[in-house]
Amino acid sequence: METIPVVIQIIGLTGATLFMLYIFRLIVRGQLREEYSIVWILCTIILIVFSIWRRGLEQISLALGVFYPPSLIFLAAIFAIIIFLVHLSVVVSRLQNHIKTLTHELAYLKQEVAMLKENSGQAADGPPILTES
Amino acid sequence: MTKDRILVIVPCFNEEEAVAAVIEDINRAKNRYSLHLDILAVNDCSTDGTLAVLKRANCLHLDLPVNLGIGGAMHAGYKFAFRNGYDIAVQIDGDGQHPADELMKILQPIFDGEADIVIGSRFLNRSGFQSSTMRRVGINYFRRLNQILIGQTIYDSTSGFRAFNRLALSTVNVYYPDEYPEPEAIVQFGLHQLRMTEVPVTMRERQGGVSSINTSRAIYYMVKVTLGTLFIYARLRNKLKHQMA
Repeated sequence: METIPVVIQIIGLTGATLFMLYIFRLIVRGQLREEYSIVWILCTIILIVFSIWRRGLEQISLALGVFYPPSLIFLAAIFAIIIFLVHLSVVVSRLQNHIKTLTHELAYLKQEVAMLKENSGQAADGPPILTES
Repeated sequence: MTKDRILVIVPCFNEEEAVAAVIEDINRAKNRYSLHLDILAVNDCSTDGTLAVLKRANCLHLDLPVNLGIGGAMHAGYKFAFRNGYDIAVQIDGDGQHPADELMKILQPIFDGEADIVIGSRFLNRSGFQSSTMRRVGINYFRRLNQILIGQTIYDSTSGFRAFNRLALSTVNVYYPDEYPEPEAIVQFGLHQLRMTEVPVTMRERQGGVSSINTSRAIYYMVKVTLGTLFIYARLRNKLKHQMA
C-alpha cells in the first residue's frame, strides 16, 4: 500500500485546522462548554497527527493485523461516535433530572409567594389548612 | 372523625372542563365526612385555561413552569405533602374519573393502620367504567409482571386513585417514576416492603380532556413501563439488600 498523496495530506491538515478553529470559536462565544470540547479537540489532534505522519495508519494497521487500513478508521470512528452518543444520553438524562427538581422547587416557591401575598399581615407559620367551611 | 391531615393531590394537564367539578366534589366529600383535608391541584403547565380555573377554585395549587408529565406532577404533590407534614396523601385525577364519594373507601385502611398504600381498583367488583379490552389486556400483563417481581397481586396496577400514609410518602419523596408511573411505583413499593391494599371502587369515564395514551402510544407505553419496572427492580433490589446487610 502506498503512502497518502500530498494533496490529500494538505486537505486533511486544512480541514482539521479549520475544524479546530471552529471549536475554539464556539467555546469563546459560550456556545460550547469546555468539558464537551475536549473530545472534539482530541479528535482533531488525531486527524492532524495522521495527516503529518504519512505512513502512520498503515503501520498501526499492520501492527494490529488489519489488512485494509481504512477499515481501521471506520472501526475506530464508529466506536468513538457510539461512546460519545451514550455519554450525551447520560448528560441529557442528568439535565432532565435537574430540570425536574428545579421545576418542583420553582412551583413550591410560587405557591409560597402567592400564599404570603394572600395572608400578608398574618404570620405564615406552616402550611395552611384551608378554613373549614 | 380523625385528626390525620390529608392532602388530596389533583394532577391536571389541560383539564379546564372537568377540574372545577372535581374540586367541588372533593370539597363536598370533605364536609360530608368532616375530614381534615386540603386539596392541592398540580397544574402541569397546561396550555388551556386550567390555571385560571384553579385560581378561582377553593384549593391550593402548584403551577409547574415546565411540563413534567403525570409522574413529575405527582412527585411535586407528594414532595409538597411530605415537606408540609401531611399524614396522608391521596391522588385523584383531574379528569373526573375518580369520584370523590369513594374517598372514604380508600382512606379507611390507612385510618385503621392496615395499609401504607391503598389502591382504588376498578376490577375487584367489576362495577362502573371498565376501560377497553385492549387496555385490560395490558393491565393483566402488568399484574403478572408484578406477581413475578414482588410476589403481590395488584389487579388494577394502572389505577391512579391511591392513598399514601406518611411512611409511603417518605419513600416517594425521594423517588417517584417520571413517565407512566403507576405500575412502576407498585414494584418500588413492593421492594420497600410497604403494605399495599386494593379496595374496590367505581370509576367513571373521564369527564373531559383526552387520555395521554392513544393507540400509537400504547406500544411505547408497554415497552417503557416494562423497562421501567424491570430497572427499578434491579436498582432497588441491590440497594435495599445492601441496606439490610
